[in-house]
Amino acid sequence: MTSRQHSVPQSSGAPFGGRLFGSRSKRVLPGFALSLGISLFFVSLVLLLPISGLVMETSGMGWARFWQVITDPRVIESYKVTLWTALAASLFNGAFGLLLAWVLVRYEFPGKRLVDAMVDLPFALPTAVAGITLAGLFSQNGWYGQWLAQLGIDVAFTPLGIVVAMSFTSIPFVVRTVQPVLEDMAPEDEEAAITLGATDLRVFRQVVFPAIWPALVTGIALSFTRSLGEFGAIIFIAGNMPYVSEVTSLMIFIRLQEFDYAAASAIASVVLLVSLVLLFSINLWQARFLRRLAGR
Amino acid sequence: MKNWIKAAALGAALLSQPVLAEERELLNTSYDIARELFADYNEHFKAHWQAKTGETVAIKQSHAGSSKQAQAILQGLRADVVTFNQVTDIDILHERGNLIPAEWSERLPNASSPYYSTMAFLVREGNPKNIQNWDDLIRDDVALVMPNPKTSGNGRYTYLAALGYAQKVFGGDQEKIDQFLAKLLRQVKVFDTGGRGATTTFVERGIGDVLLTFESEILNLADSHKGAYQAVTPKVSFLAEFPVTWLESNNERNGTTDLAKAYLEELYSEESQRLLAGYNYRVHNDVVKAETADRFPEVELLPIQAITGSWQKAMDEHFASGGKLDQLQRR
Repeated sequence: MTSRQHSVPQSSGAPFGGRLFGSRSKRVLPGFALSLGISLFFVSLVLLLPISGLVMETSGMGWARFWQVITDPRVIESYKVTLWTALAASLFNGAFGLLLAWVLVRYEFPGKRLVDAMVDLPFALPTAVAGITLAGLFSQNGWYGQWLAQLGIDVAFTPLGIVVAMSFTSIPFVVRTVQPVLEDMAPEDEEAAITLGATDLRVFRQVVFPAIWPALVTGIALSFTRSLGEFGAIIFIAGNMPYVSEVTSLMIFIRLQEFDYAAASAIASVVLLVSLVLLFSINLWQARFLRRLAGR
Repeated sequence: MKNWIKAAALGAALLSQPVLAEERELLNTSYDIARELFADYNEHFKAHWQAKTGETVAIKQSHAGSSKQAQAILQGLRADVVTFNQVTDIDILHERGNLIPAEWSERLPNASSPYYSTMAFLVREGNPKNIQNWDDLIRDDVALVMPNPKTSGNGRYTYLAALGYAQKVFGGDQEKIDQFLAKLLRQVKVFDTGGRGATTTFVERGIGDVLLTFESEILNLADSHKGAYQAVTPKVSFLAEFPVTWLESNNERNGTTDLAKAYLEELYSEESQRLLAGYNYRVHNDVVKAETADRFPEVELLPIQAITGSWQKAMDEHFASGGKLDQLQRR
């Protein structure tokens, strides 16, 4: 039982390795100092250095200007649009991604391998291609768009289009974090519950869900943070109307077009901070949750 | 199988030949939609250069939004020449990188702009909304598609063209000018980040009644989609220059000083101007002008000096953060 629960943080794919506090078990890998050294060096090179570059770029501008840039009414409006669309997209992915993972783990059907491979497609596809394709499908003369238009729903070139683009590019996060946990779940637990007379719904609520929900929350959080920074797919489908369908990454892009690197970095640092805080708290929460689960 | 190996060996031998000849290479960094134009011109120039000097040269081209290209050069891309669609993107190479002298535009004729264009309208066939001039665009029943002036030079040109028109009609009445521009911006249904994106939205997605972009793009579209769209050129519009210059510090390092200059000067020859006109750009050469007069209707072309005084002022007062454009789009 314990060994199964250990697989949760390993498979969660969380950026901080899932476990914030060192393991008490014996170290399996030799050369701890060397491997940690290489890891830290790598993290510094690919993560910390660019981030400090970002901070350096903003440091020249002073607090008043920094504040003015990040609280510009149009930028504020873009935060709102980005946040609610990312939230909607990641919740949609939470529900749909869980279903997809469930189907892929629990059922055998022809073409299962193909579907399983296709889940990763949004990772591999250039986001601009995704954006153009989705805009084509959902515009009023597109395959989906013409039916939706009859129902009076406009998707392309509205904020709804942003939600579509975000959920497309970030769905693998949910599927790929939930899938391994589902695979590791012992069917005996469910069988025991069923023999004890539990209904299907109760089995799901009280046996399955408690085991997978940390992974699900992590998946949704990753999907959310990914959506916060999405640019390529969104700009082709959003319509980019000021105060209506402009996302924060477009605000950054606009500042770059004005050669105002400092302002671009300032807005970028806000997005970065939100993402970091979110990821960090998810990891902290998950570590605590797992310790409680392990009875420590 | 054996034939295949022979063919491969022969191919390899052929390929390795010209490499030994130490061809000089020229990198032309250009804007997004000029790919076909310069692919064509490069062939012309290579033949011209070989006939003149006997030297075979290779010309490489790089295309992206011209602001992005300017950034890449500032960050170290060793381009030999730039052929842009915005004066400001060349100015920045002097201001930020000091890669070229301040008076770069005086180095070649016509303010270093071998060809030019203007902003025009593409409407659906038969012109169902009867669009003739700028004031037709602010009607409530007209939906517009244009690139975002915040991210695209193309969009800025359209904004400036509309501003120039409003200044002419309303004289010094600033309030009326602002109202006109604000209404025009409100009629825009989709702000794409670049010119090609706007074309896709209008043509492929079927959004909007009018596409606002370069006349060259509009004439190309009207040609390639005969029976679906038609071009409308307003009576007054903006003089959109396509500035070019060479980057001497890079030329020295790459050993391309003579080549870079010749590459740009050749753009002004009659043959090259005919080639450029073939891509629906307006040109300066009188002979070519007379040949192509039927394609380019008479327009009163306002240069930037007549509208805002200078590019610097246009950027500072209209397009900078918190400038006129931001104020007009505020709600």
